[in-house]
Amino acid sequence: MKTVQFREALREAMSEEMRRDKNVFLMGEEVAEYNGAYKVSQGMLDEFGPKRVIDTPIAELGFAGIGVGASMNGLRPIVEFMTWNFAILAADQIINSAAKMLQMSGGQYHCPIVFRGGNGTAGQLAATHSQSFEAFYAHVPGLKVITPSTPADAKGLLKSAIRDNDPVVFLESEKMYGDKDEIPEGEYLIPIGVADTKRKGADVTIVSFGKIIKVAHAAADVLAKEGIECEIIDLRTIRPIDYPAVVESIKKTNRCVVVEESWPLASISSEIAYHVQRYAFDYLDAPVMRVTQTDTPFAFSPTLIDEALPNVDRIVKAVKATLYRN
Amino acid sequence: MIMATKSASAPKKTTRKSAAKSQLKFSKEQYIKWYKDMLLMRKFEEKAGQLYIQQKFGGFCHLYIGQEAVVAGTVSGSRPTDKHMTAYRDHAHPIGLGTDPRVLMAELYGRTTGCSKGKGGSMHFFDKEKNFMGGHGIVGAQIPMGAGVAFAEKYNETDNVVFVSMGDGAVRQGALHETFNMAMNWKLPVIFIIENNNYAMGTSVERTTNVTDLSKIGDSYEMPSQSVNGMSPEAVHEAIEEAATRARNGEGPTLLDIRTYRYKGHSMSDPQKYRTKEEVAEYQAQDPVEHCLQVIKDNKFLTEEEIKEIQDWVKKEVQESIEFAENSPYPEGKELYEDVYMQEDYPYIIEY
Repeated sequence: MKTVQFREALREAMSEEMRRDKNVFLMGEEVAEYNGAYKVSQGMLDEFGPKRVIDTPIAELGFAGIGVGASMNGLRPIVEFMTWNFAILAADQIINSAAKMLQMSGGQYHCPIVFRGGNGTAGQLAATHSQSFEAFYAHVPGLKVITPSTPADAKGLLKSAIRDNDPVVFLESEKMYGDKDEIPEGEYLIPIGVADTKRKGADVTIVSFGKIIKVAHAAADVLAKEGIECEIIDLRTIRPIDYPAVVESIKKTNRCVVVEESWPLASISSEIAYHVQRYAFDYLDAPVMRVTQTDTPFAFSPTLIDEALPNVDRIVKAVKATLYRN
Repeated sequence: MIMATKSASAPKKTTRKSAAKSQLKFSKEQYIKWYKDMLLMRKFEEKAGQLYIQQKFGGFCHLYIGQEAVVAGTVSGSRPTDKHMTAYRDHAHPIGLGTDPRVLMAELYGRTTGCSKGKGGSMHFFDKEKNFMGGHGIVGAQIPMGAGVAFAEKYNETDNVVFVSMGDGAVRQGALHETFNMAMNWKLPVIFIIENNNYAMGTSVERTTNVTDLSKIGDSYEMPSQSVNGMSPEAVHEAIEEAATRARNGEGPTLLDIRTYRYKGHSMSDPQKYRTKEEVAEYQAQDPVEHCLQVIKDNKFLTEEEIKEIQDWVKKEVQESIEFAENSPYPEGKELYEDVYMQEDYPYIIEY
């Protein structure tokens, strides 16, 4: 094992895949000469040159579409968005073009492309720069959606995403790029669509993903001191969701709390709650609870941020509610 | 490099006299091929329109009638290894590229034998074998995609060129301007073709812009641009060949404002109150199919009997396409779960 930052894990994944396959290239704003807005692609221009590490103008719709066309014609683009908030401008190419190409062409053209970048809240950036897109893109058949929470998962999943023959939405976080953690030495892949049990526990299952899972871990530590053992399932992939991993855990704990960084309506937590009531109804000893962002646009002031995001107290309360404890 | 905008005369100002053999720039074989291909496009579309009215199939149906010279000249001015992409008025492009009309008609009918297995319909024809990369339903979405196809050709150091067609309405999409900028900056081997029939559905070019000469749109990006008489396969062929040569030499994209006309409505449900019958008649007088036939007759390229053979062949092809489509099965429901993911065992959510 070795210790690396999240951004280094992503860079290793991209660089290894670019060494392995000359059809893989990286394009996006500031990825080359500036070495990445968040330094994810630092040094890649030096190694791969301007043909394969390409600075684009600020034109998300345009370069996303160029990526889609290149993927239809045999290349395997990695399209970096500075953040997924800006990729709203590119949604037509992700949702209407990439996700539908294989079906609309009757199986003749496919889009092996990875769209990646920072997702979710990242401090005091206010409403337009703070959104999470798991539920938006998970809604769309034809896409795969990945949200890693650790450097090790990020590397293994990004490598799988680059090798995947379907279009992949890969959601990172500006707040996680500096996270340091151990990753395996040498090459490894993590399969898309497989959840990971990040913490074992017999009392309550917490389902979460992405950087908010850290808050779930902190809450689990607090609860452990009170003798409540949480099992934390990290979905890692949001489309397809590893439903069996969730159901199996709930068969053991009989209780479920979903922790999600984004809003409550039509969310991943709604989806999990539906699935659990449908496929683990007889195992539940309490309603499924969820802790999400407030049902409001994200705001600037620190006090408003504290109010908006899931925190340890709320998660502790939700977990205890499933145990009928105060 | 041509930086200045060349201005071609608008089709309505064009006077076309049948050229005598000695003045012709194109061969007998070329005229025969143009005539045969354009007649097939015309008759296919006429039949498609009739069948649509008879409710033989549903969806949208955008006919290419009147615009045939654009595809005919583009195909003859390009190489078989070049790639083509267009918007949703896409029936004629694969016909020009040699796709069997049977699979196109079957696609209109939503049958499993269709060129997109009945999953794309009228707006989403594809034929990978003929390098026809769609058939795209969102106005302007094909513009960056087409540039991306060209990006891959350049990346792989081929000398193939990509032809991306759009209507005059698509010129107003932001995607075009973003793409023009990058395509010029990166010198991508892509030719942007405006099939300028002067109407975005019912809205004329004049009503949507101060810049009515669409060939000027390329100027901001220093993209070589010109207007072309789109009722003439010869003019289209020459402009395409010149642009393609530039692209193959690494000089990047060209914008061609090809001025054409659709005789029919935007789609099948268009009352066409935005134009006069006289305007339609004016263009019909320059009909490209009739023009090629006239050249063939004037130069005695074919006997009356041989012309009749072509016409009969076209009629038979269209008739057999309908029979093929009507005798083909609809896709089974379970085929919904095919061609969505390349991953064969994708775990779909299946509910009641």
